[in-house]
Amino acid sequence: MEAVRKETAKGEKASKKSYSSDQWMALAFLLPSFLLIVIFVYGFIGWTGYVSLSNWNSLIPDFSFAGLKNYMYLFSDFRFQADLRNTLFFTILFIGLVILFGLSLAILLDQKLKGESIFRNIFFFPMALSFVVTGVVWQWLLNPSTGINLFLNTFGITPKWYTDTNILAGFQWGQIEFGLPAALIAVGIAAVWQMTGFSLAMYIAGLRAVPDETREAARMDGASEFQIYRQIILPQLRPITVSVIIIMAHISLKIFDLIYSMTGPGANFVTDVPGVYMFETTFRGNYYANGAAIAIIMLLSVAIFIVPYLLNSRKGEA
Amino acid sequence: MKKKLGLILMMILTLVLSACGSNTQTEEGSQGSSGGSGEKGKLDIFSWWTGAGEEDGLKALLALFEEKYPDIPIENAAVAGGAGTNAKAVLASRMQGNDPPATFQVHGGSELNDSWVAADKMEPLNDLYEQEGWNDKFPKELIELVSKDGNMYSVPVNIHRANVLWYNKKVFEENSLAVPTTFDEFFKAADTLKEKGITPLALGDKEPWAATHLFETVLLGELGAEDYKKLWTGELAFDDPKVKKAAETFKKMLTYVNEDHSSRNWQDAAQLVGSGEAAMNVMGDWAKGYFTNDLKLAVNKDFGYAPTPGTEGTFGVITDTFGLPKGLNNSEDVKKFLSVLGSVEGQDAFNPLKGSIPARIDADVSKYDQYGKDTMEDFKSAALVPSLAHGSAAPEGFVTKVNQAVNIFVTQGGVDQLVSTLQSAGTELK
Repeated sequence: MEAVRKETAKGEKASKKSYSSDQWMALAFLLPSFLLIVIFVYGFIGWTGYVSLSNWNSLIPDFSFAGLKNYMYLFSDFRFQADLRNTLFFTILFIGLVILFGLSLAILLDQKLKGESIFRNIFFFPMALSFVVTGVVWQWLLNPSTGINLFLNTFGITPKWYTDTNILAGFQWGQIEFGLPAALIAVGIAAVWQMTGFSLAMYIAGLRAVPDETREAARMDGASEFQIYRQIILPQLRPITVSVIIIMAHISLKIFDLIYSMTGPGANFVTDVPGVYMFETTFRGNYYANGAAIAIIMLLSVAIFIVPYLLNSRKGEA
Repeated sequence: MKKKLGLILMMILTLVLSACGSNTQTEEGSQGSSGGSGEKGKLDIFSWWTGAGEEDGLKALLALFEEKYPDIPIENAAVAGGAGTNAKAVLASRMQGNDPPATFQVHGGSELNDSWVAADKMEPLNDLYEQEGWNDKFPKELIELVSKDGNMYSVPVNIHRANVLWYNKKVFEENSLAVPTTFDEFFKAADTLKEKGITPLALGDKEPWAATHLFETVLLGELGAEDYKKLWTGELAFDDPKVKKAAETFKKMLTYVNEDHSSRNWQDAAQLVGSGEAAMNVMGDWAKGYFTNDLKLAVNKDFGYAPTPGTEGTFGVITDTFGLPKGLNNSEDVKKFLSVLGSVEGQDAFNPLKGSIPARIDADVSKYDQYGKDTMEDFKSAALVPSLAHGSAAPEGFVTKVNQAVNIFVTQGGVDQLVSTLQSAGTELK
């Protein structure tokens, strides 16, 4: 007993200057994974950045300094401009609809339905699929000459889905027509179908966290159901919405597998995204430096969403 | 307590360090043996032949080698997927890491010469050609495709033809049409078909190379073999009026294709011809295997074949070849494999299964089907030109840019834009 007490006293004394023994222990166990991440994540991010500034655009490595040449090329490139447009509109469409459908379904399921868990599982199930599977399935469903068009054609409607090359509300900007590519709506349907279950689950958890007493109190004060949702519950769901946006944004900005298996780059690059371009230019065209530059731009675009979130959560911690 | 902790920390560090240490050791080990596969002397044959007929062909070839050299262990190191893209990415990292496979599949032409040969990673095979007497067994223009500065660098095993027009025989007979040999005839036939509500030309460019493939045959048809070849050596500029005319013709052809072309791959396009919804399709002769094996159609009964318009007497070549990387210590064994690969016996074991024709001109004709026989006959007499879409005419980087330009062109139809993109990308060619 005595010894233990002495030990803790010692530890407390030491902790003023440095870590306690338990903290040393934790640090020791963190160290290997910390080192591995520093080398294999951050180290290689740095390496990619370095390659993106080099002239390595063939099978033969060439690390001579090229400055921002690769970036300048990309921003003047029709395909990359189209990619940026597509990513922007896809992200807005995707996040907006995922939140809309997720929240609506969550509120409906929150009405103490019988068999609620069955509904929840049905909506949640697409989440369990891989994006590649979703892509292949929706590629068939939305194929203009087979799929659901066989049904729609009997009403005289013939949407061209992902083969549509129209740009909605488009105007010429740089080399491209800026606007919402109609083909992306088809891709959006597949992506929203898959990810709505996720936001649904998040919102259900959020709704459950609102205590029944709050609702009861509001009802006592004569608030209608609509008012309760509008003015009491929805404001409390804000942190959930922020989380959903962060998680969906990083999926949407980095999306590759869904597009690659469903449509490919598309006619006139209406469904191309930076991920697909990076893959093709690096591993088919052997433009390693160009590919690295695309990767860095993708990283920065995700950072725009993630960094403010991280800074915010650190503030909360302190 | 602290002492204990320090000890644990030390142990972890040592573990990490020793892990790193053993890593470098294995790396050195495999570099030392240099066979690439790690086990000493084992030949790893690197390819992307994992599809139906081609895998059987490769296995037959490996079996033949094992029969001849039972004491040399051999390994099939094929990488599946992506029409060779995955394999090429793996190959690039192995070559750059000085861990080459014993021998690897590479298309003859630019894909070999402007990359691995230019990077000084390949051994010349002049003595092997000499020893096997191959110099007059392969066509001269084919040997040129695997040579740089007078040295031969790989051994061709098979030939695919790029400029083939596949057509539905019944559709042509019912509409009493003749197979078009010129672009004028093509457009005349296409108009007739369009009136009858039949798609004249099937295209499936979900993967944009299929459109580039069609464009390449139009270039060949408009320019002829001589000028077409000059494009890749820089002797003929891409802003030449003839190139522009080819782009115009290509644009006109695209008005006759199926509307949903961007949702189809090449098999789906071939299927349109098979079912009679479309009349014609331009694709390399791997499509024959798809027609006969997958769609169960009969050659010259259900479907027919002809050179694409304006390309009679020329032969767009796609050839798979195998070479000898530098830095191997079992290169003599690799040469033994290459000699089997280049022999009549080897080529006749591989090609009938793969559905291609042999690269040698003295192979046994009786082992091939009617299409193979006809193509072998053409191969002997025709002018051979390298394929652009499949990496023989120009480096992969150029092909990637052409694919992008063509993909934009298919929708926008900007002839000047296509020509100027080709012109600026062409400055990368020598």
